[in-house]
Amino acid sequence: MNRRDFIRHLGLTTSGAILIPVGLSGCVVAPPSKPLAKAKPTPPVGIATGADSPLSYGNPLQRPHTTGDGTPRMVVVFLRGAVDGLNVVVPHGDHNYYKARPTIAVSRPGTQNGALDLTGYFGLHPALQSLLPYWEDGRLAFVHASGSPDVSRSHFEAQDYMETGTPGEHNTRDGWMNRMLGVMPPSQSPMQALTLGESVPRILTGRAVVANMPTGRDATRPTLIDKPEVSQAYAALYAQDAALGKSYRDGISARKELLADANSTEQKAANNGAPLPNGLSIDTARLGRLMQGNPDIRLGFVAVGGWDTHTNQGNGAGQLAGRLRPLADGLATLARELGPAFNDTVIVVISEFGRTFRENGNGGTDHGHGNAMWLLGGNVRGRTIHGYWPGIDDKSLNEGRDLAVTTDFRAVLATLAEKHMRIGDPAMQKLFPQYAAGMPHAMNLLV
Amino acid sequence: MTSTIKLPGLLAMTLALSCASVIAQAQTAQMPLNDSEKALHVLNRLAYGPRPGDVDTVRHMGVKRYIDQQLRPDSLPLPEALSNQLSTLPTYQLNATQLYQQYGPPSFPPNSATPEEKNMARQRANKDITPQVHFARLWQATESPRQLQEVMSEFWFNHFNVFEGKDWVRYWNGEYERDVLRPNALGNFRQLLGSVAHHPAMLYYLDNWLSSGVNTPEAKGRFKGLNENYGRELLELHTMGVDSGYTQADVISLARILTGWTIDEKGMKDGQAAFVFNPRRHDFGDKVFLGQTIKGSGEQEGEQALDILARHPATAHFIAIKLVQYFVSDKPEPALTEKLARRFLATNGDIKAVLRTLFDSQEFWARSNYQTQFKTPYQYVVSSLRATATPVLNYKPIDGVLNQLGQPMYGWLTPEGYKFSEEAWLNPDALLRRINFVNGLSNGKSPIARAETPPLPPGSPPPVPLPTTPVDPQQLMQTLSPALAPHSLAAITAAPPNLQVGLILGGPDFMKR
Repeated sequence: MNRRDFIRHLGLTTSGAILIPVGLSGCVVAPPSKPLAKAKPTPPVGIATGADSPLSYGNPLQRPHTTGDGTPRMVVVFLRGAVDGLNVVVPHGDHNYYKARPTIAVSRPGTQNGALDLTGYFGLHPALQSLLPYWEDGRLAFVHASGSPDVSRSHFEAQDYMETGTPGEHNTRDGWMNRMLGVMPPSQSPMQALTLGESVPRILTGRAVVANMPTGRDATRPTLIDKPEVSQAYAALYAQDAALGKSYRDGISARKELLADANSTEQKAANNGAPLPNGLSIDTARLGRLMQGNPDIRLGFVAVGGWDTHTNQGNGAGQLAGRLRPLADGLATLARELGPAFNDTVIVVISEFGRTFRENGNGGTDHGHGNAMWLLGGNVRGRTIHGYWPGIDDKSLNEGRDLAVTTDFRAVLATLAEKHMRIGDPAMQKLFPQYAAGMPHAMNLLV
Repeated sequence: MTSTIKLPGLLAMTLALSCASVIAQAQTAQMPLNDSEKALHVLNRLAYGPRPGDVDTVRHMGVKRYIDQQLRPDSLPLPEALSNQLSTLPTYQLNATQLYQQYGPPSFPPNSATPEEKNMARQRANKDITPQVHFARLWQATESPRQLQEVMSEFWFNHFNVFEGKDWVRYWNGEYERDVLRPNALGNFRQLLGSVAHHPAMLYYLDNWLSSGVNTPEAKGRFKGLNENYGRELLELHTMGVDSGYTQADVISLARILTGWTIDEKGMKDGQAAFVFNPRRHDFGDKVFLGQTIKGSGEQEGEQALDILARHPATAHFIAIKLVQYFVSDKPEPALTEKLARRFLATNGDIKAVLRTLFDSQEFWARSNYQTQFKTPYQYVVSSLRATATPVLNYKPIDGVLNQLGQPMYGWLTPEGYKFSEEAWLNPDALLRRINFVNGLSNGKSPIARAETPPLPPGSPPPVPLPTTPVDPQQLMQTLSPALAPHSLAAITAAPPNLQVGLILGGPDFMKR
């Protein structure tokens, strides 16, 4: 999107707005009436009063960079189906939020199932309680009103754009995480990138090898194909088939590494008496332990579905809450099991678009636009809401119905690629073509 | 090769040889398929792969006749054994209303059932209906001679996907497949589209049953407002395809047009059909849809919109692409797609006519498209059951492996359905899982071929194991012979006999169709 489109997109050109350079998205538009984010302490919100609280982006903890083993890692968690970001990071300080969502709003902090206050203006969905400690010690942040510059409301198209990293371009063949593998230091390991589950997602499709990590409790039990005489017989059979043969050989070597790693690290965990977690946590625990123990694994990917809440979404309790809780537990488990490698890792949670600002006739929300990205990691500049809040009064909404996008998701990803994964300038052009070229400067996402 | 440059003898010879081999390869690439290969090709694409003896049968009757028969499924009687099997499934005989009466929410409305009662109702449907739906699909996919009808039923299920796990869909997904998709699978697209639009599985899955015109008399409670979900997917996934020129305003118009298309809960309790048009929730305003004004008139507006969509060139194009991807190649060839789209428009969406054009095309028969499509997990599993003639007496191990392979039956949550492409399914872990699965079929002791028996009372003698027949590798090689490349045969026959069946089914040749 060029600058003019961007301004038109926000619909603020005639309101005396000023342009402010923010991060990599080039510029954002700030209405003159509101001061820019300046981490001001805010007075506590009276529960009884319906009055708006001043906008606040939080108060980042000043702390030094924490060292790990020095190998940068990144995990992307994709919430497929478009999670309702306005009920994840809740603008509880704004009466417009409660007006637009009479039955599904998360109530104010301090009430039953109310939001967990973050900044006096923003709060966290109560089902995300297990992530609150990471916020408080400055390792969890959000980029609100972020998303794709493309306005598509199609799940599949929007996911595709977010996974290829080229919004508006249909013909990109590979995913940005696969391209990232291609521009990282070369490695012989077939386990540089791990994706949870059976198929390779678009985001990891491409030339570089990706290993699938089986899910569930039995994933690391030895199978027939792990017997050498069997795998050798198949190797002879697959020798002449280019594509399938390569997959076969990659599969066997990844399987060997996985079994070796898992058996040693899981053994260790069992000795520590750690209880087996449930659901998503089973898999994120294994992912965390593998990544901690094997610095060859630089990228991880997990997709979690079930966010397309067109009906009966619920508020602080209900359907969405029931999905957020295991997600939060899975993320907290991942952070914990990464151990010291948590300091080398940034976990990014993204979703293809946000949902409509107003609830629909069925206690749900339809396909919208802006959303919140989540960032969790030992060196994330946390306890703050990054980006720029466009407001949620009628005139600030995108097309009169959704949270506007003020930070291009690529601004966040490109910053992490550059500052965290240490990918240099020419390679950035490959990673995010058409985008990286005009990057002004990175966002301030890390300590 | 006419070279004016003098080359040292050995180099010249090497060059000449390598040129000869390139030429030979080029010739093979253009060589038409022989009769056995053609027979295997139609069995792989129009069917779920050969059963023992199928390649010979089709070779003798000729592929043309086979295709003709497959396009007229009613001319192929169902074997008595299969009909009998299907008739043993009590819930598979019920219509949508009966299913709702017998398994629907226990009290509705007013909703006075306790959470326990609701939970029990859900579990009962899960226990009674779902296994029978899965059995019915698997038996027909493995045993029915009407293979193209089965293939196209799966194709349309995927095109008009509903997710079994979304509450009420579980009552109806089997009936939806049996009464809407299978009978129309080779019929007329407009008819199919209309039947889908009226079916409670789709009305429920994409929420249209809840959608009401704003400020209409009965727009209250859970039916309070407009829901765009179905309108959007109808445009994007069922007909025109994304980026084919419609706008967000068209999505809203279509959602308004379809307000009042709902599920008749009360009526079903008295035996009425599931679909009803409720004028008291319909938005009677005029709408502009794809540039045409649709006068507010009620139910007819929806039919008019479906007519427009079924006749739209973008729809013809979108369906053509998907058919070519399924039957010919992951990367649709534009000339063929164009030809099919024209046929679709000229015949007003006659699916049979479009398929006939496809099966007559040179692209379909090109050697470059022979044995090239990587099977989906479902195609792979069903074709392995067919090749080994494994009877499906227990569906649970099949559900299990399809879950592991990422393609659970009726289990895709979002409306776009599964992808049919190598890119989506080929990955190292999946290959190894497939190999592990087919090795379990080779000794004849697969749990798939054993019916689940109720646990025996304590103290009774252990059951005598049934005699089992291991799959014969020679017979299997015979069944699949046109698929097996010479070097594969060499590697298989060099391996120990107890690994051979697993190698045939787990090798690269059987991964493709």
